[in-house]
Amino acid sequence: MSIIVYTESWEEKFRKSTFEAVSYASEVAKMLSTNVIAISFGEESSEELAKLGNYGAEKVLACNQIEKGDSEATSNFLAENSIDANIIVFATTNTSKMIASRLSAKIKAGIVSNVIELPSEVSPVTLKRKSFSSKAIEQVKVNSDKAIICLASNSYGVIENHKNCSIEKKTINSSENIRFKGQEIANGKLSLAEAEIIVSAGRGLKGPENWKMIEDLAETLGAATACSKPVSDIGWRSHDEHVGQTGKAVAPNLYFAIGISGAIQHLAGVNSSKVMVVINTDPEAPFFKSADYGIVGDAFEIVPKLIEEIKKIR
Amino acid sequence: MNILVCISSVPDTTTKINFSDNGSKFDSSGVQFVINPYDEFGLTKAIMLKEKHGGKVTTITVGELNIEPVIRKALAIGADEAVRVNMSPKDSYSTAVEISNYISENTFDLIICGKESSDYNGGVVGGIIAELTNRPFVNACNGLSITQNTANLYREIDGGKENLEIDLPIIIGGQKGLVEESELRIPNMRGIMQARTKPLLVIEPKMNDILTESISFEKPSERGDCKIISNENVSELVSLLQNEAKVI
Repeated sequence: MSIIVYTESWEEKFRKSTFEAVSYASEVAKMLSTNVIAISFGEESSEELAKLGNYGAEKVLACNQIEKGDSEATSNFLAENSIDANIIVFATTNTSKMIASRLSAKIKAGIVSNVIELPSEVSPVTLKRKSFSSKAIEQVKVNSDKAIICLASNSYGVIENHKNCSIEKKTINSSENIRFKGQEIANGKLSLAEAEIIVSAGRGLKGPENWKMIEDLAETLGAATACSKPVSDIGWRSHDEHVGQTGKAVAPNLYFAIGISGAIQHLAGVNSSKVMVVINTDPEAPFFKSADYGIVGDAFEIVPKLIEEIKKIR
Repeated sequence: MNILVCISSVPDTTTKINFSDNGSKFDSSGVQFVINPYDEFGLTKAIMLKEKHGGKVTTITVGELNIEPVIRKALAIGADEAVRVNMSPKDSYSTAVEISNYISENTFDLIICGKESSDYNGGVVGGIIAELTNRPFVNACNGLSITQNTANLYREIDGGKENLEIDLPIIIGGQKGLVEESELRIPNMRGIMQARTKPLLVIEPKMNDILTESISFEKPSERGDCKIISNENVSELVSLLQNEAKVI
């Protein structure tokens, strides 16, 4: 009856979304008076594996390294090891969803992604999730005996709950269908999915050459940089910075929108941010209706002042 | 090459979302429906692959008669034929089962889904189809080329991308990067005329289990009024973020 959690690491360190998923699973385990078993496929060090115990895992099944893209091998192992489990928890990342969706068909478990809260009931599992590109919150009931929950990033939080955690090594084989040719790492960039602060800019910046101050502001805050759709479409910034309905959906603690008018498609991708700040010359920009703090004015004057002021407190 | 593109009919991205029947149902009155944006990248890629390698592009959509204008649009853009499974989609699993049934009775080298639909954002239909039809699956695919019988793919991961090679047949969950925004095609008059006579096969569902059920919807809580800070007083913003919002 244990709760199973899939863990994901990046460069041998667990992602924040994984610690969040383990924290969540451990609270669900409390509701069901059971324990949490985490499963890893990344060849993390024992020290890193033991960290899962800080958030409530009592056991880790640590498999040899399987490429993250090998959803067949990983979902097979998860299926074999969740025979007695009724709830399996994932984060909502591209890799997790790839594995979770396969697993759901394998074990015929209802799957709910983008989950933002603990289940309001565990039998049947009933949960709230983000839907309609975060324009709505949907309550979903799982009809099957088993349920797969994919937790939205930055929605539950990382909560310490120390447990004695045992580590059991496992050996599995990769699937033969997929040949891995390599990885391209977006260098020195903070991941948008995990950033606590995001500094985002739009067409109001007038040209790609003006992004230096945005990068400076981001660096001062330890933030990731993002942009609006028109900016990535024109090619001022790369596509992986595009946040919004057809780009990435993000949910940082603090989101700066600089020179972004706030079209409904952009807001859909960012309105899960806890606090939003808008800087725009146009007082009628729709973003002012959705933000928490706003300054009407020229970004070229305000951003440098902002950097200066933040440096004073950091 | 035989390509199947799974297409979902979704509210236009500018739609204001409302719910009826006490918040239990999406209110579609007055809503304009379009091809799911993620599927549109996949459809365009399928047409480009067909132009290069030959073959046929078929689309499949689960939905009732009222979604046919969206299917005709896909045909006008360049799909050769379309299939509609005649049922209102209930959940990811039953939708995927219906599509899988059709796949099992036909031969496809490549199946393209969107990485998610922009309405329910489940993002799991592709993976369920892959498992039910026993094919390799690559999600969040943002690059694809095909040589002989082998696909070279890129998959977006948090922090970078992964490059993979897989022999066909495969299934992918596609997104921008499969083709660029500027490569998306707008139907021309000839395409629209031709779409009227292209085959649109309607098949009946086999009535499957529904594993998840939508109970109710609500709007996210509104933010309070935006606090406007004078552009002469940037330090006040920093102080509010530090002391009031406590986010820096």
